[in-house]
Amino acid sequence: MTATTPAALPVTTTPPIAVTVNAAAGNAKNRLTSRWASMAAVVLAVLWTIPTFGLAVSSLRPAADTRRSGWWTTFTDPEFTLKNYRDVFSDNGLGAFFVNSFVITIPSVVIPLCLASLAAYAFAWVEFKGRNLLFVVVFALQIVPIQVTLLPLLKLFVSANLAGTFWTIWLSHSVFALPLAIFLIHNFMREIPKELIEAARMDGAGHVQIFFRVLLPLLTPALAAFGIFQFLWVWNDLLVALTFAGGGDAVAPLTVFIANLAGTRGTALHLLSAGAFISIIVPVVVFLALQRYFVRGLLAGGLKG
Amino acid sequence: MALRRTKPLPAVALAGALGLTLSLAACGGGESGNEPTAGGGASASAGGGDDKCAAYAKYGDLKGKTVSLFTSIVTPEDKPQIDSYKPFEECTGATIKYEGDKSFETQVLVRARAGNPPDIAIVPQPGLLQQLVSTGKVVEAPADVAANVDKFWGEDWKGYGTVGGTFYAAPLGANFKSLVWYSPSEFEEKGYEIPKTLDELTALSDKIAADGGKKPWCAGIASGEATGWPITDWMEDMMLRLSGPEEYDKWVKHEIPFNSPGPVAALDQVGAILKNDKYVNGGLGPVKSIASTTFQDGGLPILEGTCSLHRQASFYAANWPEGTTVAEDGDVFAFYLPGKDEATKPALGGGEFIAAFNNRPEVVAFQDYLSTDTWANNKAKATPLGGWISANKGLDAANLVSPIDKLAVSILQDPQAVFRFDGSDQMPAAVGSNSFWKQATAWITGQDTKTSLDKIEASWPK
Repeated sequence: MTATTPAALPVTTTPPIAVTVNAAAGNAKNRLTSRWASMAAVVLAVLWTIPTFGLAVSSLRPAADTRRSGWWTTFTDPEFTLKNYRDVFSDNGLGAFFVNSFVITIPSVVIPLCLASLAAYAFAWVEFKGRNLLFVVVFALQIVPIQVTLLPLLKLFVSANLAGTFWTIWLSHSVFALPLAIFLIHNFMREIPKELIEAARMDGAGHVQIFFRVLLPLLTPALAAFGIFQFLWVWNDLLVALTFAGGGDAVAPLTVFIANLAGTRGTALHLLSAGAFISIIVPVVVFLALQRYFVRGLLAGGLKG
Repeated sequence: MALRRTKPLPAVALAGALGLTLSLAACGGGESGNEPTAGGGASASAGGGDDKCAAYAKYGDLKGKTVSLFTSIVTPEDKPQIDSYKPFEECTGATIKYEGDKSFETQVLVRARAGNPPDIAIVPQPGLLQQLVSTGKVVEAPADVAANVDKFWGEDWKGYGTVGGTFYAAPLGANFKSLVWYSPSEFEEKGYEIPKTLDELTALSDKIAADGGKKPWCAGIASGEATGWPITDWMEDMMLRLSGPEEYDKWVKHEIPFNSPGPVAALDQVGAILKNDKYVNGGLGPVKSIASTTFQDGGLPILEGTCSLHRQASFYAANWPEGTTVAEDGDVFAFYLPGKDEATKPALGGGEFIAAFNNRPEVVAFQDYLSTDTWANNKAKATPLGGWISANKGLDAANLVSPIDKLAVSILQDPQAVFRFDGSDQMPAAVGSNSFWKQATAWITGQDTKTSLDKIEASWPK
């Protein structure tokens, strides 16, 4: 908060002499807590929740109703059933895909986290020739749209005999995540005072010890933030899974299952909302459990470019 | 922040190990799942003299072999499909690995180009088959399969599985599009006769419109990004009826312009029904409501009695709400969309084809099985709820459960019938799955016939 207040200074019309940071902060606080701002926030929150709420209501409506009318008609004519959920679980074997999603997501989060934190350390604290250039090149990879990489990457996987296994999905998610991960964690590492590292070095610590004993504990918020970010992305991903999981149901995640839930000719649309709602649960739990890291870590890494 | 220094590391290692173990467990599960099937197959074939497996003896022992199959057929149609492979699996010992995905049409191309194609793909359009063949990965159909197709299908179907003079893909299932859904009880009550010519159909429409003060036809063409396709079917049906199959073929191959007199007459004929305020849109609103109604909902007003006629393919049977009886004496049924006169019987339909990317013995054997009458009848028996047909002449209509399937097969197998494949599925993608749909939608919402067809003509790839 304090970092942002100076930017608000020119806007204020109070006398230019000796405006203290505290006054500015108070000013900002007043503005943010005004009744109108609160109301706007509430209205936005409600608007934002309506689609999800509609999805929840739809998932509980009988199939015939979903086909005939919108979910809002339930208010005048309430009729609910759990049949959609039962159908999704029993007839369609959602369980196996649920497990697949975890099997895909966990390594796809862990692999880029490990590699990126090591790479970020090297970029931040190891002096070597061409370091800045290399860092720019790595971050520039973030600009490459993943769509153009799909086919060449799949060709590589096929020639490496990896097609149809989880490895293709793990590796591609890791590859796509690395540039941003390295950038975020690098920026976070640069903020750690140089003295701390130098002190450790004076005490005889090498790179490995500095990394594990000094930096890693300090990095937790950044790692957690990126971890959540990547978890949500991988969990909700359809494109990468669809392209690389060419091995049948054994390696397909929940999103692929849900995409096919509506049936060959879209005759089972009512199952879609129930399936989607089941899929939402995991990211919501993860997000709620770790959300304080999310904001803190992202702010910490992102402000100092 | 006050974490102990080494804490993150074991957590990371643990999570990694967990992921690995899970994946290993998944692999193990898959393999052990195959064993019993293979074992069962061996014992079944070892039994010899077993009638059930006699038809499969020529394929030999394929124990432990796997054939992967990729298709756009997903739930709920996938279950009967998988079940129909079971006799083959049990008798030969081979395992069929079924993979269904709604985005099959893009994914199969990606996989073929990347060198990771399935052994067998069920291709729903001749146009896609041509694209797949152009990747150079599709293998020519074995001689036995070609012989089966000659025997059970015919020239017209074989032609759709042929690219550049080489026969690649045998037909599999079919769907039949020249159908008009109606309510048998209403027809009986009001004394309506099923029309036998196009003129009788118009007369019937007029009669219904005059009788009940309701609009006789209902339609819906909304279907996400494919919005407009039901009109392309309408137009193809009318093209076949008004100009005949030869000109239809020329139109599809673009040997005559899209805006030449034949297609113009066909679309005008569609317009005489679908753009006629007196005829549409029964129970749903004015003409424009056709564009905003989903194709799934398009025929439902028949059940409410607010609409009497709905032109849609045989697969629409799956779309009626649970508890609807689809039969000649039930709640809804369909009649053949009549030809210009009683003597001609054009039949518009679609179907799937089997393209193989590999010629390992087990793949060839499975490909052969799918092209036989044995498979067609097995598939019919494995589809207890109906909703599946094939143009395979060896298919015994008695094996089909649903009356609508029986009707469709009887027309497809009728020697008088001239079958033509859905034209938009054969046209280049820029037309068949783009401008044709879009202009059809613009046309129903007010654009005139000439402008619409001119625009489609202009979009045809040079």
